[in-house]
Amino acid sequence: MCANLARTDEGGSRLEPFLEHEGIVVPLDRISVDTDAIMPKEFIKRIERTGFGQFLFYYWRFDENGEPRPDFILNREPYRSGTILLARKNFGCGSSREHAPWGLQDYGFKVLIAPSFGDIFYNNCLKIGLLPVVLAEEEVDRLFRMAAEKPGMRLKVDLQNTVIRGEEGVEIPFGMDPFRREQLMLGLDDIGLTHRYEDRIREFERSHKIYYRLN
Amino acid sequence: MKPKTLYEKIWEKHLIIEEQGKPSLLFIDLHLLIDTSSPQAFDGLRLAGRRVRRPDLTVATVDHSVPTMDRDKPIADDLARRQVEALIRNCKEFGIKVFDLFSDSQGIVHVISPELGLTLPGQIIVCGDSHTSTHGAFGALAFGIGTSEVEHVLATQCLPQFKSKTLEIRVDNRLPFGTTAKDLILSIIGKFGTDFANGHVIEYRGEAIRELSMEGRMTICNMSIEMGARAGLVAPDEKTFEYIQKGVYAPKGELWDEAMKEWQTLHTDEGAVFDRSVTFDASAVEPQVTWGINPSMVTGINGRVPDPDSFATSEERQLAKRALDYMGLKPGTPMTDIPVDVVFIGSCTNSRIEDLRAAAAVVKGRRRHPNVRAVVVPGSQRVKKQAEAEHLDKIFIEAGFEWREPGCSMCIGMNGDEVPPGKRCASTSNRNFEGRQGRGARTHLVSPAMAAAAAIAGHFVDVREFGANG
Repeated sequence: MCANLARTDEGGSRLEPFLEHEGIVVPLDRISVDTDAIMPKEFIKRIERTGFGQFLFYYWRFDENGEPRPDFILNREPYRSGTILLARKNFGCGSSREHAPWGLQDYGFKVLIAPSFGDIFYNNCLKIGLLPVVLAEEEVDRLFRMAAEKPGMRLKVDLQNTVIRGEEGVEIPFGMDPFRREQLMLGLDDIGLTHRYEDRIREFERSHKIYYRLN
Repeated sequence: MKPKTLYEKIWEKHLIIEEQGKPSLLFIDLHLLIDTSSPQAFDGLRLAGRRVRRPDLTVATVDHSVPTMDRDKPIADDLARRQVEALIRNCKEFGIKVFDLFSDSQGIVHVISPELGLTLPGQIIVCGDSHTSTHGAFGALAFGIGTSEVEHVLATQCLPQFKSKTLEIRVDNRLPFGTTAKDLILSIIGKFGTDFANGHVIEYRGEAIRELSMEGRMTICNMSIEMGARAGLVAPDEKTFEYIQKGVYAPKGELWDEAMKEWQTLHTDEGAVFDRSVTFDASAVEPQVTWGINPSMVTGINGRVPDPDSFATSEERQLAKRALDYMGLKPGTPMTDIPVDVVFIGSCTNSRIEDLRAAAAVVKGRRRHPNVRAVVVPGSQRVKKQAEAEHLDKIFIEAGFEWREPGCSMCIGMNGDEVPPGKRCASTSNRNFEGRQGRGARTHLVSPAMAAAAAIAGHFVDVREFGANG
């Protein structure tokens, strides 16, 4: 089990705190990439939490014989060591499988940038400390153009100041809910946080009616 | 008092803590567990030395990885067997009720929970599966969660949530003869797109929705996620109560009366405001067939495969081109000219008794096309038993269809039921994503009646002209 998955019961640190990250941008120019494409079905039978990176984008990355497809971006230099995925709208739509963000993170991605994300996928990313950044469509277009002009372009994503910085003075601020931002920056374990409200939960349960009976 | 939407009423009823700028803490009435999304959550609990807070509000079944035949033999696929065994072992360790492979209540989680009377109006229901939105058909707020959240709910019976926006989809008029809830929801997704409802909870209202059976409403709410919605809702009515009453775990006697008092308040108040509202005319709906690689890439049976150049944006043109390439289709091809290799009738979208009846009515007295392999997978053991009592199994078997044991099966192809590469499947499931039914598999989403008709004809046909034969 990885060190960054250690739990505490006091609402303390569980994930690696995310402050900023600099890395190579991998542009994946396609709308509505679903979680079936990110992590195909046969790999979600595994009951482990780790080791999903090798299966990331499997059908796009490897041919029927398991050989890398040279035309897929992750099989090309300088993108192999990329850590920032630049994507189009509705990235991560579809299935709730957390195996998709696990795969992205295990492969080495730290930040995802897109105009919008699938709802459940977005939450799943936050829970594991993988930063999803939402930018306006024009800004994403601009980054795609920049990445096309300069393959291997690097960006620095600063969560503390919610700004993305590139070469030649490029600065793109991004919005993020302050609570989620702080949680990522502190790497907080939200099960521990919820446990702090145990008294309130117990009080709620006393008056809340459940109508079905399992036994 | 300020008029409220149904969503707001359910939200408020489950609110434990609300603080400015933070997600609210909500209580979860029912937590459904399945094989795929739970093993790592239990590992997390063990690692932190945590217990399951409310095993009495948690119930499990196996559906994704289970074989649909030879249930008396061990599961042949090692990974699938390990996953199924892990769930059984975890449930035993933590005292959770589980409907295993040999239970007469086993089935697809979104089929069994409503039929057992566990899914009730006004609840909050979660499950590590995106099609949890299905349960919204009963006026319950139900949504899919990831494995980290599964662990959270196991440990606390609560979930921190930001409030969603509300979206009203009012469906006016009635569905025409020969069309179904599946055609309606595919038409809606086709019109509005796959990300139309991102960040929203949809409430489906209007005459066409009220006219639908509970099975039909489940089909509608099930596919809310294909528009990006957090959840779909239909306010409960007499049909809802009648359906629930048959469930073995549903409230009885005085508890039922008490529940009914509460359930009757579960509707959007006159004058309540939604963040967004759209209308849709049900009377113009035709039987639908998807042609592409997401559910919005859909047309009527009398339509043609579109020309990618006809799309408005370059992104859409690019995706349509990719879709036709993957699907092996040419622009302008009439949908009725597309041949079919495999027919799959099943999934959490369309595997309930009404779905099987609709398919059987088309199949009765006919024979599958010799080039077509047709598979029927009932949604649950109870559905299977009911269908067999009505001799639907005989109709299918005599027509050359395979009659299987319940599970997710070919909708996701995790259990060995796959569509071979390059083969074309008429499927009653919910996702036509690339590789969803198997690597290189070409999926066309349709209603059960349309799937049955395609199995007989060997290509897509208009079921309204094909007709029932019984």
